[in-house]
Amino acid sequence: MTQANTMKTLVMDASEIERALTRIAHQILEANHGASDIALVGIVTRGDLLAKRLAAKIEKIEGAPVPIGKLDISFYRDDFATYFNPEVHSTQIDFDLDGRTVVLVDDVLFTGRTIRAALDALMDLGRPSCVQLAVLVDRGHRELPIRADFVGKNVPSSGNESVRLFLEETDGRSTVEIFELAPGAHMGAAPLQKGGEQ
Amino acid sequence: MGETKRAFPHRNLIDITEYSADDIMMLLQTAQRFREVNERRIKKVPTLKGYTVVNMFNEPSTRTRSSFELAEKRLSCDVMNFGGSSTSSVKGESLVDTVKTLCAYKIDLLVVRDKNAGAPYKVAQASGLPVIDAGDGKHQHPTQALLDLYTLWQQFGSLEGLKVGIVGDINHSRVCGSLVPALRTMGAHVTLIAPPTLLPPRPDVMGAHAVSHDLDAELPDLDVVYMLRVQRERLEGAPFPSMREYSMLYGMNEKRNELLRPGSVICHPGPVNRGVELDSFMTDHPERSLILDQVYAGVLVRMAALYLLLGGSE
Repeated sequence: MTQANTMKTLVMDASEIERALTRIAHQILEANHGASDIALVGIVTRGDLLAKRLAAKIEKIEGAPVPIGKLDISFYRDDFATYFNPEVHSTQIDFDLDGRTVVLVDDVLFTGRTIRAALDALMDLGRPSCVQLAVLVDRGHRELPIRADFVGKNVPSSGNESVRLFLEETDGRSTVEIFELAPGAHMGAAPLQKGGEQ
Repeated sequence: MGETKRAFPHRNLIDITEYSADDIMMLLQTAQRFREVNERRIKKVPTLKGYTVVNMFNEPSTRTRSSFELAEKRLSCDVMNFGGSSTSSVKGESLVDTVKTLCAYKIDLLVVRDKNAGAPYKVAQASGLPVIDAGDGKHQHPTQALLDLYTLWQQFGSLEGLKVGIVGDINHSRVCGSLVPALRTMGAHVTLIAPPTLLPPRPDVMGAHAVSHDLDAELPDLDVVYMLRVQRERLEGAPFPSMREYSMLYGMNEKRNELLRPGSVICHPGPVNRGVELDSFMTDHPERSLILDQVYAGVLVRMAALYLLLGGSE
């Protein structure tokens, strides 16, 4: 593990993250005329945590709970042969996806490859009537024709930077930070500070 | 941060003693994720799309081969089954030449079953490709050991301190060759139970904690009674007077069930000789028999092994 990556900019602090999520919760409800057919599916691990926070907010606004699931995309990745992380997390979707509006939730939207994998994974699990995408940060540099429906913050970044979300639940602090990548380092999600499965 | 790839630290699955407790646990946990896949309506993931796996079975096998084939297909591999009476070995081709021919097809991994111990090493050497041992002679059968560990892990929640008695033809058993060291690595306590004629000359070198000739005396202490198949095809020189006598002394039956404590289970690698090592009461016992759980676990651990050995391979 290369440790030469250094924090450059603090993009969002805890209260900004909270405000962005509150706004996204309202936008999801507005775009879908309420919460009746909605389900939230977070991409593990931090998208899963964001989905939980969003679900709590939606429940507070609407007064009724929304179904929430988590999705691990390890078996659908396109870099299996090169950047292999043997640790696979659990996929848990305990409700029927068929006919629902699924809001996929992820932390940082970058190349779009994670979302491509997540869409394939989702289609193997059921047939949602519609899939929308909510991300906390859109940092640009898309390699596929994918865009988010709900964005917390657009963060212009360069290719040799890494944009990372840290959350109280796993990392002891809630921030979005930009890092300068050490040469040759792989830009994946930040490793969890407080253990694995949620 | 700047996370470099953390690939699985093995390229082959031939000798289970090369796997640490952490490696085995990672394999079992990966198998658990594949259980989720196997319980969906679409029991297939695209992970190994474009990979070609050859099942090279130079010895008869039904369940191991079908289990591997299913595991490969559920990972979207292309599968080629090679072996049996159709093999070129019948025409005099050497193992190494056969492997080199297969490699010319641009394959990615070989699953090897052979009557000669050590054949998978030879295949790994000749091919330079990842190899999974699907049973070689009397040596090892590592995926069988892993599926047994998975089954017991699911049943008991942990393998640490588990009391396992392995009963029967220890001497001819490649299942034992992998299962005993694997159980030991995971912290279980292993007792080999067999008549002296079915034990190797030095049972102590197998790594078991204890050896016994008296099944009835051991049963009350065991969490797991692992019955080996009487391998009629490998028995030479009459190690016991008759099947009936073997069954009376070393078979699990309705009467011996009384000696087991509540919660203890029966395992068997299959196929069962009903009425020899197990009677129908034990084979089909709804609480004690884990035989079909073992069959299911076979697909899961083989998917996990293929996934971990091929991941990050470029």
